Amino acid sequence: MEKLLKTEEEIMLADMARGFLDEAAPVARLRRMRDEGRTHDPELWKQMAEMGWAGVLVPEEAGGSDMGHTAAGVIAEEMGKTLTASPFIGTAVIAATALRRVADDRAKAALARIASGEAIYALAIDEGAKFDPDGVRMEARREGNGFRLSGTKKFVVDGGNADRLLVLARTGEGLTLFDLPADRDGITRAPRPMIDSRDAADVHLENVEATGEDVLGAVEDAMAVLRPALRAGQAALAAEMAGLAAGAFGMTVDYLKERKQFGVPIGAFQALQHRAAHLWCETEVTASAILHAGRMLDHDPDNAALAVSLAKARATSTAILAVQEGVQMHGGIGMTDEYDMGFYMKRARVAAEWLGDYGHHAKIVAQKRGFEG
Amino acid sequence: MPDTDLDAFRAELRDWLEQNCPEEMRDGARDEHSICWGGKNWKFASDAQRIWLERCVTRGYTVPTWPVEYGGAGMNRDQERIFHEEMARIGARYPLQSFGIWMLGPALLKFGTEAQKQYFLPPIARGEIRWCQGYSEPGAGSDLAGVQTRCEDMGEHWLVNGQKIWTSYADKADWIFALLRTDREAPKHKGISFVLIDMTAPGVSTKPIRLISGASPFCETFFDNVKVPKEHAPGVSSVVGEVNRGWDVAKYLLTHEREMISAGGAVMGGGRPLMEVLANAETGRTDPILQADAMRAEVDGLAFTLTLERYKDQAEAGSGVGDASAMLKYYGTELNKRRLELVMAAAGSEALDWNDERAPTWLRTKANSIEGGTSEVMLSIISKRILGLPG
Ligand SMILES: Cc1cc2nc3c(=O)[nH]c(=O)nc-3n(C[C@H](O)[C@H](O)[C@H](O)COP(=O)(O)OP(=O)(O)OC[C@H]3O[C@@H](n4cnc5c(N)ncnc54)[C@H](O)[C@@H]3O)c2cc1C
Repeated sequence: MEKLLKTEEEIMLADMARGFLDEAAPVARLRRMRDEGRTHDPELWKQMAEMGWAGVLVPEEAGGSDMGHTAAGVIAEEMGKTLTASPFIGTAVIAATALRRVADDRAKAALARIASGEAIYALAIDEGAKFDPDGVRMEARREGNGFRLSGTKKFVVDGGNADRLLVLARTGEGLTLFDLPADRDGITRAPRPMIDSRDAADVHLENVEATGEDVLGAVEDAMAVLRPALRAGQAALAAEMAGLAAGAFGMTVDYLKERKQFGVPIGAFQALQHRAAHLWCETEVTASAILHAGRMLDHDPDNAALAVSLAKARATSTAILAVQEGVQMHGGIGMTDEYDMGFYMKRARVAAEWLGDYGHHAKIVAQKRGFEG
Repeated sequence: MPDTDLDAFRAELRDWLEQNCPEEMRDGARDEHSICWGGKNWKFASDAQRIWLERCVTRGYTVPTWPVEYGGAGMNRDQERIFHEEMARIGARYPLQSFGIWMLGPALLKFGTEAQKQYFLPPIARGEIRWCQGYSEPGAGSDLAGVQTRCEDMGEHWLVNGQKIWTSYADKADWIFALLRTDREAPKHKGISFVLIDMTAPGVSTKPIRLISGASPFCETFFDNVKVPKEHAPGVSSVVGEVNRGWDVAKYLLTHEREMISAGGAVMGGGRPLMEVLANAETGRTDPILQADAMRAEVDGLAFTLTLERYKDQAEAGSGVGDASAMLKYYGTELNKRRLELVMAAAGSEALDWNDERAPTWLRTKANSIEGGTSEVMLSIISKRILGLPG
């Protein structure tokens, strides 16, 4: 097993990311974006692309920095700490991993556009209220040499601003993944006002034409490409949530030292101390699962399912606990829009649902450990 | 260490284990009854247990990471990991377990003089001397630095008077490492010494206490005018570390005790994996609430197991575990209690019989979050020393 310690390079990457994000993307930036009614920050994404983040999983010959999944997790974790909104997970992690599996000339060109920050991808899978890729029902009807897609995709993260959509649809017996330009005839996008102030949309497809050229990977074999991409995305999202938990926890511990009641800092009360200490334990245990998932994706991706689901499940429960304790231990101020804690709570809820909730991933863990349920 | 060297190490080890581990010692047993504790009073449960111990002793496998000169095998972390993997592969029992291995040994390696190490460590490694831990007293539990058992300097020797309690296996042990008050005027942490005492010395007596699990593994330990020589052998002091500075030794030892107890929280810790229990139990297959709880415990258990690994990697890389041992202890023991509650629930009335091993195991786990420092004390350590909260 790979060592569960961050390497020198990973620590440097984290420090560098932290330095950049504190300067360029504190929570205040998300707040400003929300107040201005925007859900996308092209300027920030451009800077991230220049630093090699957009190409974190893109091969060097396509202009990427090819740092690997653990490194992607390190970046995502730092973004989570200050709730940085960007297309990082959907584009730099999920779409890049999918395209890399395909590895034909078209995919290589697409990877280059990801690395340069030109292309934004959104993953269109969900049709109901829960993540269930294997249960997708949208049909891609065969017509002539191509397909016609009709139906609605929900909770398409970055769907309002993306220029490409990865659409999962049923073709005959199996599932097929389509890589479509977002402006193709018959596609309409209805942005949803999300609680985390980020971009998510419902995407309607009405008799949208697709050819074999638009298929990513093989027809009726979407999962060969999509499954690894989803795992990469789930691990990165878990890392973001671990960062989110750390961010909320850090604010809370600071507040416990500052705020005085009954003549003492509230952090002197054992009732709060023990809850804070318990929360810290949860963050430590989750950190191990995050690092392990990154290492598995880098070194043994075909066997990473358990590690990834473990990371997403743990990150979900820890982040949810961190924001609940965060609000409670702040008292009234924690409930105000003016204070940042609410942003953490709302992002945690959205991230908890995206790419599979706690139950989805806990069941995978149980299955992999020999319990079918 | 290069992978090729490790591969060779593994191959050689595997070969040795295949040839030397008796069949009866390969049942993977990790329960209290299967443990070989060693010591002068030890009665081997079988020839196989004796032979297994003897063979392991020749290779230093009872204490794989201790230096060779003190009876260990001098393994580094990678080798140790392989050692445990290879042992687990054939379901080998540990040849020897003891408080000497878990607690006193590490403390002596850090604080002992060369003479103390040479005198005390090899007999621990060989399973010849069994130690017990004399920390708690009736008036000093969580507030351990409040120990009152007196240890007076009589020039030629120390004179010990007082009482310890909850001393695990005091009635079976050969020696005791005890926290004693050597200065009653000094602030409470500054007047304690860490003293090594022969349990056969006149004036030492023990009285077993029965536990809720039915067993009586711990005792009251009385010291009535016990004379402890200043040196147990020429140059071998009976005090570890400096006189009145025993608290430092005690605390260091506790971090090892806590890590050891926390290992029970690992998914491989004891008994069968939870998911397997669930898959085989009648209620496990049908009760959705039990299933959900068990899945949560499994998720937490796997992540905790990785955390134990991560902290071992960290310790080896030099940053140590330190106060975070409180986290491992708290989390691991609470997890283990949760797990055994689920094991009992999955088994239903089948496990309610004293003859069923699950009942005493379940009851025993309740002590995990008390012994070695309670969960509440662990949380206080974390909040003060790690989070820097006031008070
Ligand atoms: C099975 C078993 C084996 C043991 N073996 C040994 C042994 O070999 N050698 C040895 O020396 N000792 C041994 N012990 C003793 C053990 O270390 C003590 O029981 C433990 O330290 C707690 O002390 P106490 O029992 O006096 O409880 P107390 O300290 O009286 O605690 C009672 C309750 O109060 C809580 N509490 C106390 N102080 C605080 C505080 N400041 N803040 C919040 N809550 C607090 C505790 O968490 C606990 O819930 C053993 C105990 C058990 C159960």
